[in-house]
Amino acid sequence: MLGLQYDVVVIGGGPAGLAAAISAKTEGVNHVLVIERDRALGGILQQCIHPGFGLKLFGEELTGPEYANRFIRQIKQLGIEALLDTMVLSISKDKKIICVSQEKGLHKISAGAIVLAMGCRERTRDAIGIPGTRPAGIYTAGMVQRLINIQGYMVGKKVVIMGSGDIGMIMARRLTLEGVEVKAVVEILPYVSGLTRNKVQCLDDFDIPLCLSHTVINIKGQRRVDGVTIAKVGKDMFPIAGTEQDIACDTLLLSVGLIPENELSKTIDIEINDVTQGPVVNQKMETSLEGIFACGNVVHVNDLVDNVTIESQIAGKFAAWYAMKHANQSGKKLLNVCFGENVRYVVPHKIAVENPQEDVTLYFRVKEPAENARIYIQSGHEILKKEKRIKVRPGEMESIHIDGKMLESLNGDMTISVRKGGESQ
Amino acid sequence: MLQADVVIIGAGAVGTAIARELSKYVLKVILVDKNEDVGGDASKSNSAIIHTGFDASPDTLESQLVVSANPMYDQITKELDIPFKRIGAILTAVTQEEFSLLNKIKEKAYKNRVYDVDYLSPQAIKALEPEVTDKVLGGLYIPRESIIDPFLLVIAQAENAVENGVKILLSTMVTDITVKNGQVQFVKTNQGTIQTKFVINAAGLFCDKIAEIVGLCNFKEHPRKGQFYVLDKNVPYKVNRIILPVPTKLTKGKLACPTIHGNLLIGPTAEELEDRFDKAVTAQGLQEVIEGVRKLVPKISKEDAIKQYCGLRPVRTPEGYHIEAYKEVKGFIGISGIRSTGVTSSVAVARYVTNVLNNEGLDLIPKPDFNPYRIGIKKFSELSDKEKEQLIKENPKYGHVICRCETVTEAEIVEAIRRPVGAKSMDGIKRRVRAGMGRCQGGFCSSRVLDILSRELNIPAEKVTKNEAGSELVIGKIR
Repeated sequence: MLGLQYDVVVIGGGPAGLAAAISAKTEGVNHVLVIERDRALGGILQQCIHPGFGLKLFGEELTGPEYANRFIRQIKQLGIEALLDTMVLSISKDKKIICVSQEKGLHKISAGAIVLAMGCRERTRDAIGIPGTRPAGIYTAGMVQRLINIQGYMVGKKVVIMGSGDIGMIMARRLTLEGVEVKAVVEILPYVSGLTRNKVQCLDDFDIPLCLSHTVINIKGQRRVDGVTIAKVGKDMFPIAGTEQDIACDTLLLSVGLIPENELSKTIDIEINDVTQGPVVNQKMETSLEGIFACGNVVHVNDLVDNVTIESQIAGKFAAWYAMKHANQSGKKLLNVCFGENVRYVVPHKIAVENPQEDVTLYFRVKEPAENARIYIQSGHEILKKEKRIKVRPGEMESIHIDGKMLESLNGDMTISVRKGGESQ
Repeated sequence: MLQADVVIIGAGAVGTAIARELSKYVLKVILVDKNEDVGGDASKSNSAIIHTGFDASPDTLESQLVVSANPMYDQITKELDIPFKRIGAILTAVTQEEFSLLNKIKEKAYKNRVYDVDYLSPQAIKALEPEVTDKVLGGLYIPRESIIDPFLLVIAQAENAVENGVKILLSTMVTDITVKNGQVQFVKTNQGTIQTKFVINAAGLFCDKIAEIVGLCNFKEHPRKGQFYVLDKNVPYKVNRIILPVPTKLTKGKLACPTIHGNLLIGPTAEELEDRFDKAVTAQGLQEVIEGVRKLVPKISKEDAIKQYCGLRPVRTPEGYHIEAYKEVKGFIGISGIRSTGVTSSVAVARYVTNVLNNEGLDLIPKPDFNPYRIGIKKFSELSDKEKEQLIKENPKYGHVICRCETVTEAEIVEAIRRPVGAKSMDGIKRRVRAGMGRCQGGFCSSRVLDILSRELNIPAEKVTKNEAGSELVIGKIR
């Protein structure tokens, strides 16, 4: 078997993997490799031909491929190697990777450090258990995005979209532009689950009906979908009898959530967080296994690629440091970052405190939308930091900056919570 | 016009088993099925268990055939190169009522000559299956209850039959059977007429419809719907054996069964229907499955589901297996009442029917060059690194992973299409090599498999189907 050796190996050539590889190389390691299962680098960005990428990072609106290309160009300039059309079959705790491609067959790669950047997959009809028949015409939104934007196939004429995730809303617009009738976007929550800007630009601007607090309760059709039944849901999320409504359609698109792809991570017992379904990481994006880092949607599902890039640059940097055997960076103090009121999760989950300690940005999502919210960072009863937000929404990730000095003096775990304005503690 | 010695109607477990059995003799055999693939109805959606017959009604044809079929699977699965595991089953009593029934069930097993059924104490059950509820009061161990891939069984029977000279006509619907002087003469289909002396009605749920054609229908078939969940391979609870409920007067209960591929299967419901095409899963049915199975294995959660499906099991009125060569219409062999035990019994039914044909005057001359061995499609994911390397050297497409969840390569998919009785649809690929069968349910590979099917079958993408015609996946190019 062909054997290869690299300082840093990045699994996944999407936005996370690209940023991590570039950052690792820029830190000074010699041999960086990106392994990508598709024909080209860029990951999901290659099929995201709509604009809206890069506002935070570059101050301009790029399409997915444009955003990816900025990084792909750097990969080439920096001489970072990439194995394309290559699937990783296994990884081990001692950082050996076995992968396969048509060209090279089976090969084994030894890595100084590994960055996991495998992204996520879409939740399916079966994972959420929509009752009904099993005809053709039921797709996840991302799959249709690929069929249309990469392969050039149209999937149907009359479409219902279940779930108002970002991909769902973007596909509602994309399908409309292709002449498809989007009958409705059906969302079980009382608010859209994706970004507000996508609701405005993709649904409102195209007069696409949005049915909040509704869900699909039945799929009909023997060979091809010929309709769905939707119903209003109560506060308990269960359909309310008598509110059923049939919609004729030939296609049902699902945008009902993304799941980090941690099948490889699980094989080597990396600690996985129950809420994010991604690896537990510290502020260096290091997982529970030393020298194995993770970044991007494999850790937690992001709404903005810019945040993925920023987070992945951190992973790449520290993977490089680890591979170059920088003096043991891990401090003695390990703090847990806990989440309190109205916080669904926070990343990083842990902070390894050093001296001097660099600043840390915490990324988190709220459980419920709130206005005039206050973010509290506490240690015990001591309030370390307080910040205001006019609006917080589950679909939009929030962040808060923590001063390194403050962490140095901290003696216990830290809790982040979001409360309504006016309340104090 | 086609000519045959025997025409078999229905390419499910029973029909394909008969076809392979008859291919051992110097005969012209044609197997027809209305579906686009073999095994398209009840044989594809069941609990994938090879039963022992311990709980069959004693002294029935069903008991006789199921009990005698079970031991045949060691040899047959070897010949057909398909996976088969004798993992055993534990009939698990969790209430006093259930516990009190164990003795009767054991007696019944003995009457069925299944003598290896034995009591298990709660401690013994917990030692074997730690995930079984702490409320377990005791149970019966049935060591020869086994698991199989029912898709592969049917496909392999069909492939081996074809290799031995059987002709299979798919998407072929029988429209008429003509009888002359009390003797079968022609089978008419939407694809042409076949001249034959013998017709075997192995049409499963539709066997009463076929029997009506020749006016020999003194029974009815109706579907009994069974809904199932398939769970992810990575669940934090392991079930090693088939965990069976004790059937009571009120309910038959729900079982939990490992599949041959490492998933966990739970179900089924048992709903009597009229509509023979109602293959919809229902919220109520799925809820019933979860609640039922959790009585035996409390950790099971619907969050772990990767797939739901339902099967329509044929139920005969009056109930029971029935195989008959009719005097009124010579050459017409009716098989009916083959219910949920049909996958298991199929291999014994095939021998039984062959004997019936012999009694009816069909000459059975053994074929000297009959080849019992079929070689399955090599599963890349199950090979050693050395074997993988060798395969890729021979065929680089083995290096191209298409289905990431089940690690299925392009070479396997291409072979599934090119084989005798090859895959013609997405479901055909899925059942042969498992691409799209994993936790992402084809989210990643479907678009890729679509292009491979289009290329290999030399049809445009908009002609590629999920299964039957009318189930096309895309409608054409974007404008």
